[in-house]
Amino acid sequence: MRHTISVLVINEFGVLSRISGLFSGRGFNIESLSVAETLDPKISRMTIVTSGDDKVLEQINKQLNKLVNVIKVYDFTDEEHIERELALIKVTCNADSRAEILSIVDIFRAKVVDVSPRSYTVEITGDEEKIRAITELLRPFGIKEIVRTGRIAMARSPKQK
Amino acid sequence: METRKNGAEVFLECLLKEGVDTIFGFPGGAVLPVYDALYDSKLNHILVRHEQGAVHMADGYARATGRPGVVVVTSGPGATNTVTGIATAYMDSVPLVVFTGQVPTALIGNDAFQEADIVGITRPCTKHNYLVKDIKDLQRIIKEAFYIATTGRPGPVLVDIPKDVFTAPCELKYPDKVHIESYQPNYKGHPGQIKKAMDFILSAKRPVVYAGGGVILSNAAEELKNFTTKLNLPATTTLMGLGSFPGTHPLFMGMLGMHGTYCANMAVMNTDCLIAIGARFDDRVTGKIDEFAPYAGIVHVDIDPTSISKNVRVDIPIVGDVRDVLKDMIRLIPAQKELKAYKDGLKDWHNQLKGWNDTHQLSYKFEPKGKIKPQYVVEKLYEATGGDAIVTTEVGQNQMWAAQFFKYDRPRTFITSGGLGTMGFGFPAAIGAQIACPEATVIGIAGDGSFQMNIQELATAVQYKLPVKIAILNNMVLGMVRQWQEFFYNKRYSHTCVSVAPDFVKLAEAYGAVGLRAKTPAEVEGVIKEAMAVKDRPVIMDFRVDPAECVYPMVPAGQPLNKMLLV
Ligand SMILES: Cc1ncc(C[n+]2csc(CCOP(=O)(O)OP(=O)(O)O)c2C)c(N)n1
Ligand SMILES: [Mg+2]
Repeated sequence: MRHTISVLVINEFGVLSRISGLFSGRGFNIESLSVAETLDPKISRMTIVTSGDDKVLEQINKQLNKLVNVIKVYDFTDEEHIERELALIKVTCNADSRAEILSIVDIFRAKVVDVSPRSYTVEITGDEEKIRAITELLRPFGIKEIVRTGRIAMARSPKQK
Repeated sequence: METRKNGAEVFLECLLKEGVDTIFGFPGGAVLPVYDALYDSKLNHILVRHEQGAVHMADGYARATGRPGVVVVTSGPGATNTVTGIATAYMDSVPLVVFTGQVPTALIGNDAFQEADIVGITRPCTKHNYLVKDIKDLQRIIKEAFYIATTGRPGPVLVDIPKDVFTAPCELKYPDKVHIESYQPNYKGHPGQIKKAMDFILSAKRPVVYAGGGVILSNAAEELKNFTTKLNLPATTTLMGLGSFPGTHPLFMGMLGMHGTYCANMAVMNTDCLIAIGARFDDRVTGKIDEFAPYAGIVHVDIDPTSISKNVRVDIPIVGDVRDVLKDMIRLIPAQKELKAYKDGLKDWHNQLKGWNDTHQLSYKFEPKGKIKPQYVVEKLYEATGGDAIVTTEVGQNQMWAAQFFKYDRPRTFITSGGLGTMGFGFPAAIGAQIACPEATVIGIAGDGSFQMNIQELATAVQYKLPVKIAILNNMVLGMVRQWQEFFYNKRYSHTCVSVAPDFVKLAEAYGAVGLRAKTPAEVEGVIKEAMAVKDRPVIMDFRVDPAECVYPMVPAGQPLNKMLLV
């Protein structure tokens, strides 16, 4: 099963390779990884998408916690949370297809961020499913290039009863 | 005018403040400032002949005392030569701090002369490591390195220090406290879990204590003995756990696992309550994992949460320091009447164990007129010392016979590379142990193959007049590999004959050590006696033993523990 894990780490050089080295050295999967500073510049957050059975996930969690630079590990799986990715999609267009592409962009609340005579570059944010859906719809027009970020996630605030 | 100190001088003063008395090292360009400062320092520096030797010596020093071992080497090849030693210490959780010189900061990343990315290379085999980029971080990092190496589950820490950091002006300001927000080891076991474990243990009919190296690391041998004897529990230990429970105690069943005793392995396969204390269910211990301890509920005490439920499902985990947890468990041992009822209830189990013990004991065939049996040599070493010795081993058959035929009553008297299985470990480790314990009798039980992997340290032992006693069980083969070829590869002895070797007696003499040889069983005791009398230099005993001898019992890899090959 896939899990989205958030790891708070001390923001020091080499810390990324400690984390990625742990995953490769122990045969754990990394499907995506994104890293950025938190509000506190001494601390970074890594969001890792990984997969494995419960036993593997338990080890991933414990092994991450064991690293001296790791402050906190948080698995979002059993938690209400928001996930987002961002993709830039460069799609071929011509006079006939422009309108149709724009309407797809509109439906997905995506944005056209660059235009050339033969292409649109579309920016889309959303969960994985949404990005897959728009990609499928744009594919028939001819996708020249696609670039995606790793996933980021945040827990939802507790709802009032 | 007061002359200011430089980084190297302050570095040595930090070590003194940390309580370090001895460092093991080898000089080179990047650490010249340190060696210059050493010239005037009261630190005891042991000049080794190969950096791998330095790390194993520091390791032997640490295992014999519980204090961290300290190493200083130069950049590049000096640093890469330490890797096997560091990995060895990492696998066995030994506290070491290894300082490597590095090229000046301005040259890092330029493929400079003698540059190696040792922080990158050792990342997966250190508990933590550092590159000191700025003199202002030097003292904090030294403090943290010792703290991390010696707390929680101990392990090696490497600190890489560029040459310009050593030469930078600096003032001694060694911190007396450490605070690492992201590193807070937990020592206290959860009281609820401890209670649950004790209730379970007290309801068991066939309990077994399975103790590992963690007991020794946490200095908990006394507590383990109290706990075990008060409840009258049968006990077995891992290779790393030898000495954590007295080897001569009637409750001790011997080691378990691949070369464990029949009794210990049968006990584990039939227990209803396995109490794992500071042990990690290594594959050499469990045999076939799905069939390990099939009837047991498992209690597991360990300071490292990653060890719990890694290989084997655990029913009652307790994360904490073994010593703290055992103390808490001892407090929950019931009062006389209930205790007696419990112990009475174990009688059938003890009878069953006695049966297994009587069925099959560790043994070998002694032939007074035949070749020397290696096990006989180990037994005679035990008799000659009355067990009052520190024994180190190499890897292979010699290691297993040292584990089986010598009895270890005290912790830190059996020193072996269990996790990594590093040939070449035993001899330098013996040197380190002898430096740490000058009064002790230190015996290195060695294989002829392994000994040659760090043989150059003979010069170190001679230089420092260390009376280590190396007993080579010389079978002229890579015996343990040969044994696997005999059992599992149709006796195709591919590249395991090492009979082209130096004359170890002459070699010892060439180095200025004492060399002795026994070729028949009758000569064994005389050689040992002579060796024991030497007090001012190393002794090499060359025991020409039977090359056909195999280590028994043996559980073939991947088989359950009760499928033992017996003699
Ligand atoms: C550095 C290293 N290389 C290879 C091995 C694999 N190995 C394990 S035991 C052994 C044979 C050791 O021979 P020797 O030291 O003569 O000991 P014996 O088994 O004969 O007692 C070998 C090669 C190892 N453990 N370590
Ligand atoms: Mg041999």
